[in-house]
Amino acid sequence: MSPGKVGSIMKADVAVVGAGPAGLAAAVAAAEAGALVAVVDAGAQPGGQFWRHRPETVVPEPDGSGHHGWRSYVDLRARFDAARRRGQIIYLPGLQVWMPEKNDAGFTLHTTPAVARARSEDAATNDPAGSGAGNGPAGSGTVVARRLVLCPGGYDRQLPVPGWELPGVMAAGGIQAFLKGNGTLPGRRFVVAGTGPFLLPVAAGIAEAGGQVLAVLESSSPAAWLPHLRAAAGVPEKALEGAEYAAVFARHRIPYRTRSIVTEILGQDRASGVRTAKVDADGRVRPGTEGVYDDVDVVGFGWGFTPQMELPVALGADTRLDADGSLVGIVDERQESSIPGLFLAGEVTGVGGASLAVIEGLTAGAAAARERAADKADASRATRHRRFAEAMHHAHPVPAAWQEWLTPDTTVCRCEEVTASQITEARDTLGARDSRSLKSFTRAGMGWCQGRVCGFAAGCLAAGQRVSASAQSLSDAAKRPLGAPVSIGELASLETDS
Amino acid sequence: MNASSDVLVIGAGVIGAATAYFAAQQGLTVTVLDKGLPASGTSSACEGNILVSDKELGPELELTRYSLAVWHGDLSEHKKLWEFESKGGIIVASRESSLASLHRVMTVQTGYGVAVEELDRDALREAEPHISPEALGGASYREDCQVQPMLVAAHLVRLATEAGVRFLAETPVTGFLRSGDRVTGVRTPRGDFAAGAVVNCTGTWAGELAALAGVNVPVLPRRGFVMVTEPLPPMVHHKVYAAEYIDNVGSSDAGLQGSPVVESTPGGNILIGSTRERVGFDRSVSTSALRLLARNATALFPFLEDVKAIRHYHGFRPYCPDHLPVIGHDDRAPGLWHAAGHEGAGIGLSAGTGKLLAQAIGGQSPDLDLSPFAPARFGSPADPTPAHHEEATA
Repeated sequence: MSPGKVGSIMKADVAVVGAGPAGLAAAVAAAEAGALVAVVDAGAQPGGQFWRHRPETVVPEPDGSGHHGWRSYVDLRARFDAARRRGQIIYLPGLQVWMPEKNDAGFTLHTTPAVARARSEDAATNDPAGSGAGNGPAGSGTVVARRLVLCPGGYDRQLPVPGWELPGVMAAGGIQAFLKGNGTLPGRRFVVAGTGPFLLPVAAGIAEAGGQVLAVLESSSPAAWLPHLRAAAGVPEKALEGAEYAAVFARHRIPYRTRSIVTEILGQDRASGVRTAKVDADGRVRPGTEGVYDDVDVVGFGWGFTPQMELPVALGADTRLDADGSLVGIVDERQESSIPGLFLAGEVTGVGGASLAVIEGLTAGAAAARERAADKADASRATRHRRFAEAMHHAHPVPAAWQEWLTPDTTVCRCEEVTASQITEARDTLGARDSRSLKSFTRAGMGWCQGRVCGFAAGCLAAGQRVSASAQSLSDAAKRPLGAPVSIGELASLETDS
Repeated sequence: MNASSDVLVIGAGVIGAATAYFAAQQGLTVTVLDKGLPASGTSSACEGNILVSDKELGPELELTRYSLAVWHGDLSEHKKLWEFESKGGIIVASRESSLASLHRVMTVQTGYGVAVEELDRDALREAEPHISPEALGGASYREDCQVQPMLVAAHLVRLATEAGVRFLAETPVTGFLRSGDRVTGVRTPRGDFAAGAVVNCTGTWAGELAALAGVNVPVLPRRGFVMVTEPLPPMVHHKVYAAEYIDNVGSSDAGLQGSPVVESTPGGNILIGSTRERVGFDRSVSTSALRLLARNATALFPFLEDVKAIRHYHGFRPYCPDHLPVIGHDDRAPGLWHAAGHEGAGIGLSAGTGKLLAQAIGGQSPDLDLSPFAPARFGSPADPTPAHHEEATA
């Protein structure tokens, strides 16, 4: 297939969505297997959330400080740039897919400029390959490819807590993205809370950048890892990472409190403090253990991750519930989904971190480029990482009793300002037992974010269950017929085949 | 066998919910079954229109006016539950020819008592400041209203259950109980339910269910897409349609049609409807439908060009070949009643339909003659000719 644009239509053998660890790896592997690859990414430069770095126009050669697996990034990035110079990768940054289509020719991706298109205006022009800038159309466009690799990643899973709608409350990943993207911090004094190993790099990053971390509150306990030590031992680099964070925590005297949660955000117009408590193994508050941190600028929450499932769901890929209660895509050993020609890699097949995402991306990219079995060594590394991820999900569950932390007035859907009592009332009196009817009856999940933030919590509340909504309910919630907001003007000028 | 009731309503969409509500008001014992949850069919995928402006003269206009009186009368105490808004509709003409036909329609409607008022260029702009500079004039229909349709269905079911109605979700009907010709109840995975009257309120599935009882009720799906924008400050104050909307409603053309209907919701989002396509139950997203919606909407309100759509949805309007709903007793299968096929007007017509049907089932003479909607007009299954004939000439 000859490369290039036909009008605003870009044709390729393989399209890759996402340029984080999985997407970069997939693009590189597919290009090195001889395919012409189009890479669509919402970011202004390669790296995704995990390897987000300051604009290359400002800092041309980032040294990778504050990053993990930076060597892996440098290697993939060099191969990515080389493939671009050979004309084998067409890089389209600053674009989001608002609708994917499966048709006889393969897949068609309709794109629109990404909403948060930070500094991409100057980057999305025809710069020489090798810069972080792309060579795609500056506006929206269509990508047509025989095979598709979706690597859209995930975002922080959030649980509502009284006061979380106040400014100054952020996703833990949001703090990290702010720091990586700007080189500065969004405040001075931080509390980081939730569960899972991801809280560690966030807190360490804040401390290394000069911020003060008053506490890291982890709802789980280290003892929760005990049944899973074999799985953990299978991935020794994780232990090494852990040791590095321990050193940073010691150096900056960051208190790490386990079996602890934030029960309320304090403050009038913005967060100024938090109320905390110790919890039992189910996450139930232990009376008499309450405490307060005053003079807090920013509270960061992370309760694991939610894979970004709208594109796989829109294309009809089969899904399942993962160990952490997330909806994920089902793939075979070549990362191919139930839809022939559609490959999934990274968090959308199960939240498992960047190293696993790279392995999956390499496998998916190579398989999408040509019929090829999975590499045996890669497959066994992937298996070890998946076991580790599963152990992690079991050791850091969303606490079973989280709904008890809510008051009737606690906001659950921040976009539409829907409270916990409105949701439980719609469930109990109107029969809103799934996310779909809940949306219509209460408007929870109907706002700008389309339930990406509150979807998990609202789904659990509707199901009347403590930590898990049904796969059907989550899949309905992930059905967002527009993968991204798109202007009416763009829709009016759509190219269609009819 | 479950306890027997006077009335068994199949389907907890807005039509079934209204029927159950009014049957209970009549003092009848009622059971409602739905194969899923309340309002999970067309009621959840429409715009919540209660329109007078788009009705053709004849039985449907009569039913509309009756229904409107029920919304404002029997149901007025519940208005707030379902975000009832008497916002009024405006039909906008952008060509001299369509303005002329709009004036003709207005004259006839006025003769039949429809409250319609002409808007000249300036009056139109006063009512809708952001309308396109191309718009020449319009007509204002203050009786047009809007509700949140899922809330209507869910609250009517709730109110009915509080009045003693038994409601079972996730209970699909798999067959009918018969005594000779007579329908005496239904069969479900949760056992049999006997009833004096069995009412088919299953919307787009009504034809399928009728076939289970051996009668022909040709209800067909007509797909429609609706687009939803990001929330905005008030920019559109009425339901605003283009003059050609009226022509499309009565048409049976299978091809993609669209006429703009633009309106704000209480949440600030703007709804952009709607397309009409006869493509069966095809759920795939059609880029040409989205493009048509976008083009029509920006022609009416140019500011929409830069506004973001955040989602779209589609539903299937249940319609009969003669574009009239099926309401009443089915003489071909005694004991079986239907209330279905309201096409794009089901929300508006639900209140009247439910009340009239409850009267008829309760043995009273209904406030409005239901004979134009009689199911038997479609003939016997062995002789489906009348239905096909009407379709060909519609």
